[in-house]
Amino acid sequence: MSYAAVHDDVHHDHKPTGIGRWLFSTNHKDIGTMYMVFALIMFFIGGAMAMVIRLELFQPGLQFVDPQFFNSMTTVHALVMIFGAVMPAGVGLANWMIPMMIGAPDMAFPRMNNMSFWILPFAFALLLSTFFMQGGAPAGGWTMYPPLVLQLGDGLPFLIFAVHFLGISSIMGAINIIATVFNMRAPGMTFMRLPLFVWTWIITAFLLIAAMPVLAGAVTMLLTDKYFGTAFFDAAGGGDPVLFQHVFWFFGHPEVYILVLPSFGIISQIIPTFARKPLFGYASMVYATASIAFLSFFVWAHHMFTAGMPLAGELFFMYATMAIAVPTGVKVFNWTATMWRGSMTFETPMLFSIGVLFMFTLGGFTGLMMGITPVDFQYHDTYFIVAHFHYVLVPGIVFGIIAGVYYWLPKWTGYMYDETLGKWHFWLSTISVNVLFFPMHFLGLAGMPRRIPDYNTQFTDWNQIISIGGLAFGLSQLILVWVVIKCVRGGEKATDQVWEGAHGLEFTLPSPPPFHSFTTPPKVTEAMAHS
Amino acid sequence: MSAAATRTAKKLFIFAIAMFGFGYAMVPLYNVFCDVTGLRLKGKTGEITETVAATVYVDPNRLVTVAFDTNVNSALPWRFKAQQYTMKVHPGVITEAVFVVENNSNATVIGRAVPSVVPTQAALFFNKTECFCFTKQTLTAGERKEIVVRFVVDSKLPKKINTMTLSYTFYEAADSKNVAQSDSNTVKAIDIKS
Ligand code: HEM
Ligand SMILES: [Cu+2]
Repeated sequence: MSYAAVHDDVHHDHKPTGIGRWLFSTNHKDIGTMYMVFALIMFFIGGAMAMVIRLELFQPGLQFVDPQFFNSMTTVHALVMIFGAVMPAGVGLANWMIPMMIGAPDMAFPRMNNMSFWILPFAFALLLSTFFMQGGAPAGGWTMYPPLVLQLGDGLPFLIFAVHFLGISSIMGAINIIATVFNMRAPGMTFMRLPLFVWTWIITAFLLIAAMPVLAGAVTMLLTDKYFGTAFFDAAGGGDPVLFQHVFWFFGHPEVYILVLPSFGIISQIIPTFARKPLFGYASMVYATASIAFLSFFVWAHHMFTAGMPLAGELFFMYATMAIAVPTGVKVFNWTATMWRGSMTFETPMLFSIGVLFMFTLGGFTGLMMGITPVDFQYHDTYFIVAHFHYVLVPGIVFGIIAGVYYWLPKWTGYMYDETLGKWHFWLSTISVNVLFFPMHFLGLAGMPRRIPDYNTQFTDWNQIISIGGLAFGLSQLILVWVVIKCVRGGEKATDQVWEGAHGLEFTLPSPPPFHSFTTPPKVTEAMAHS
Repeated sequence: MSAAATRTAKKLFIFAIAMFGFGYAMVPLYNVFCDVTGLRLKGKTGEITETVAATVYVDPNRLVTVAFDTNVNSALPWRFKAQQYTMKVHPGVITEAVFVVENNSNATVIGRAVPSVVPTQAALFFNKTECFCFTKQTLTAGERKEIVVRFVVDSKLPKKINTMTLSYTFYEAADSKNVAQSDSNTVKAIDIKS
């Protein structure tokens, strides 16, 4: 391990200046910042699309946009949020925190790190440019099922290449993270002493490397089906469109854990800090995370219960889906047990983490309901499933990322953020997110289908409440932007430890930390290992 | 970047490439998996010879309704109808059903029919000795043709299934365009309604 030779400018601590600092950056903190800022911008672009959806759905009938554009909104909203907001935010946090948490000076491959970031704006330029093309933006759903997706006009190759680039970017990011953790840990930082955020990220990175290439393969098959005469999914040529669903969801279900595991890692750091107790069941957390990741490769067909499967298949995927609830239950139990009899305080990061704990679990329960094959025949493709995945994705994952931002923001900037504004942000978000997503359960059970611009009049009331909740949630997020800007500008000085109950190597560095985290490796002992 | 990190990265890179290959391998693997486990229920039907069909036990006490459903993909300028909408057959008896296809365009077009059977559990017990779907069909401009399928329902068909639907969809075959080009009538009509 060569701490001194990580890269060229390791021996001096002054940052490069100007635009070049960002364009050519090889510094894990700068790249982490760029990922986070990019994710925030995409979060608002995707959010604007959601506002268009909710505007149209405020009343039955067609008011503002035509159905084709409406479908583009649902499709591109999902792609932007998943690949543009949630995944880059996770990678950004990994970039910022992992070297500091394991006692390394930087990531293992700083230049590859730079490249994996800069691919992202390029990929989204490709994707968003389809709005100005003949045939419009993708409108066949983010799942890109053929034959519908193949009817897209000139935008199709752009969609596919965008997915390729996103895949390449996240695979490079994942390789970098694993190589860093495997090879650059400080002396004494054994695997079972790693902070849980690092553990969840190793496992996420393995999921990325296993799942993203399969998605790349699936969309390549779409491309060759459309332009090069292959017939993977074309019944006329002996192919099978349902095959795409199998390949896509073989990627798709692990992908949901790619999204959620970093959030699990973040709250596993935060809850012990504010409960002032070590994490309950550290080892079982690691094994539970690994089992979730492993099992996630054997449940994909729960997205296809209604597509036509042999009974044995339906049963297998039903039981496998139920099985995932076991390790997930272990995790929920451990977080709760960590808080049990702790001396808890409720600063903003803790509030958001508790929000994750409650509302992710709620989304997990509706997932279990849909995992039961016979009842999924009713829930499938209704607003019930929209409620399910928004509960796991927004208060389950986005809240986790926000919790992480509040938790580490004083470390990054050297200043405390405005706690009052943070609390406002939490409460407004939590109330509005439930006004936004909870009634979707009712609509789904009453039979309102997903992905439609119009609906029967009996659904009007709930839809209006949902739209109001959506607007309130969107506006509440502006508070976060304000808090971050304010905190970067200045404020009360943060101590090195930042939080009274915080443990871990990142809290032994000054706030803000030096440009290169640990130029001399710290010695890690059992006592200072994971909080 | 240390040599050890480079080694780790190389291994992971190979793993990623292998997973890309695995995505493609899933295409044949699904079929292999279905065959090995006997889980093939894609609604695909079996093909058997007349001699084998003749050995199927005939159940004179049971009548099964076979319904026919015909579809044409919108890109193919053909009409396609079954001469009979349903048939009542005894399991084990070889039966012939007749269909009519007509090329409404003024160019030669090659089409290909894709069959499926519902309920999917019935597909395993539905066998064909002859079918227009086994080969591509070529129709010259305006040509009308009778095509047949000869089938036998296995007498082991589960008791609870009394009706099955045999559905066909005609698509334009991939090599159809080349034929149309070399045809004397190079203008291809797209008037499907006539
Ligand atoms: C880990 C966080 C999770 C995320 C991010 C997530 C995300 C999603 C998403 C995005 C969909 C919709 C896919 C589409 O567009 O069709 C979905 C559907 C589904 N999820 Fe989850 N999910 C999570 C957890 C779970 C859990 C824990 C279960 C069950 C134990 C589950 C079971 C299901 C089922 C059965 C469906 C299919 C429903 C249908 O199409 O009828 N999910 N999930
Ligand atoms: Cu799933």
